[in-house]
Amino acid sequence: MSQAIALPTPAATAANPLRSLRWALADALVVAGRHLTHLRSVPEKLAGMIVQPVIFVLLFGYVFGSAVTVPGVNYREFLMPGIFALTMAGTLVAAATGMAEDRQKGIIDRLRSLPIARSAAILGATLANLAEAIVGLVLLVICGLAVGWRTHTDPLRVAAGFGLLMLFQFAMNWAGIYLGMLARSADSADQIGMTIFMPLAFVGNTFVPMQGLPGWLQTVTNWNPVSAIVQATRQLFGNTGAMQATAWPMQHAAWVSLGWSLVILAIFAPLCVRRYRTMATK
Amino acid sequence: MSFSTTSSPAIEVNDVRKRFGATWALRGVDLAVQPGTILGLLGPNGAGKTTIVRILSTLLVPDAGSARVAGLDVVRQADEVRARIGLAGQYAAVDELLSGRRNLEMVGRLYHLARAESQRRASELLDQFSLTDAGDRLARTYSGGMRRRLDLAASLVARPQILFLDEPTTGLDPRARQEMWQAIRALVQGGTTLLLTTQYLDEADQLADEIAVIDRGTVVANDTPRALKASIGGEQLDLVLPDDANLPYAAALLERITDRVPAVDGEARSISVAFDGGPRTLTAIVRALDDAAIAAEDIAVRKPSLDDVFMRLTGAPTSETMQSTSHDLVGREAA
Ligand SMILES: Nc1ncnc2c1ncn2[C@@H]1O[C@H](COP(=O)(O)OP(=O)(O)O)[C@@H](O)[C@H]1O
Ligand SMILES: [Mg+2]
Repeated sequence: MSQAIALPTPAATAANPLRSLRWALADALVVAGRHLTHLRSVPEKLAGMIVQPVIFVLLFGYVFGSAVTVPGVNYREFLMPGIFALTMAGTLVAAATGMAEDRQKGIIDRLRSLPIARSAAILGATLANLAEAIVGLVLLVICGLAVGWRTHTDPLRVAAGFGLLMLFQFAMNWAGIYLGMLARSADSADQIGMTIFMPLAFVGNTFVPMQGLPGWLQTVTNWNPVSAIVQATRQLFGNTGAMQATAWPMQHAAWVSLGWSLVILAIFAPLCVRRYRTMATK
Repeated sequence: MSFSTTSSPAIEVNDVRKRFGATWALRGVDLAVQPGTILGLLGPNGAGKTTIVRILSTLLVPDAGSARVAGLDVVRQADEVRARIGLAGQYAAVDELLSGRRNLEMVGRLYHLARAESQRRASELLDQFSLTDAGDRLARTYSGGMRRRLDLAASLVARPQILFLDEPTTGLDPRARQEMWQAIRALVQGGTTLLLTTQYLDEADQLADEIAVIDRGTVVANDTPRALKASIGGEQLDLVLPDDANLPYAAALLERITDRVPAVDGEARSISVAFDGGPRTLTAIVRALDDAAIAAEDIAVRKPSLDDVFMRLTGAPTSETMQSTSHDLVGREAA
């Protein structure tokens, strides 16, 4: 039978690296489109994205906030960067379960049997997760503004703060996807993801200043990547209050956070691509 | 690449082995499928069918041996292989949160068809698989049969030369199964080479030009359906006696008439034997039993099953049915 559709074969595209890079990106966007279409099919998910930040802000801002005071700053202003970071870190769990589910359902097999770049399926998923996270972040910012959160620095620093948040999300995304590729099932991906997420999110400066913690715990929390992004955004937004950070990683939180995100990416992106190449779905 | 010569097989498997931990899923498999023909890979659960399909569709790398698809090595030329094959795996790989149409369009876009072309192709395939009415509904509202058809459609988006279908009808009800068979038959008229796995002898018989029987990671028989059936007999007789006193005598009698060695199950007081010659042979058997004053509790005639094939080829039932009481794998719906 003569082929009715002439396909650009990978051999042809490989001859031109720029062209194959363009295709890899185009493929990733198609995969990302698939994830984003899900939001339309499952409006509950979108509703959850809207309701959850509101609950977080109200719960922590008013319920906990009445018990905590941070010198020199309204607690809710202090809190918001913590909630931003918490939400970004939480995508680790969503990314892991999403990947595990796609594996279980054979969708990863289907993608792997297509002549597309090996990175496209994962890059597509991470881009879609990032896009969702940005929507969530915008909603959180609106909530924050409504409860009195303000930035007190110049636009450049504010932009840098949000840039760091997105980069952190993107990095956690790859880690989550890798976890989703290793996990036995979507349920187990969810459980392992939560086990990693919980200490990252709560053993740190997310909700309270760290000065009250015992010394050894402070060392741990000072180097927690979530603490770094929280402290970095507090500094960049001007929400730190009167207390001065004394530990080196907290004094240079923006750089430390940038470093963390790049290290996480440098570790997990190659691991993901390698695993995707050799993965046995079962 | 010497692919374009008509004599070289579309699929060629040479001594392929694959191990998962301590279990050898494949212990040296050889296969050859000529272009434009259908090979039915027939075997019970756990025989290694899916593993072969996954190796041939570049999803798994074999531990030893080599395989060529469309003349291309599945390991070293995996990208080129992927551009030429379609795969519908054992579990329908459809995105439940997309409509049927969007599922197909997405695959089209990933094959780098232009947007309009992938839309056109999606409509065409929905039509071909009687899914047009359901095309814009989310796939999670689809029945099992519809999902399978959508999955098959997705594997056909780029009109592959070579198609792999892993148990395309397992779990479907009889009607959906018939529809799937029709779809598959229509498909291969276009000249596609097809490797299809199944647990059902009748399915392989209905669809395949050649059947390879696989058990515990090796091919135990490879022949045309006609030859395979001839080797096990056209039909199968199951005889149950009220007590086991006459069992040996009845078995000897059946052996004499059918010229085949019957399988005797003392516990169930039953004898199974293949026979040719249809009603005439059956009448002879019943008359002989009557003459010998052997009363039957039950007599049943049926088409030979995978079990019978295995009994014949290996002298043992399939590894799967050793634990089960089911005698008839033909048409059995998966639990
Ligand atoms: N990813 C895997 N990990 C471990 N064992 C596996 C894996 N895939 C298959 N097996 C084992 O390999 C054997 C063949 O499996 P499979 O190819 O799925 O058989 P079939 O498709 O014929 O039912 C079985 O014993 C199965 O348990
Ligand atoms: Mg299987």
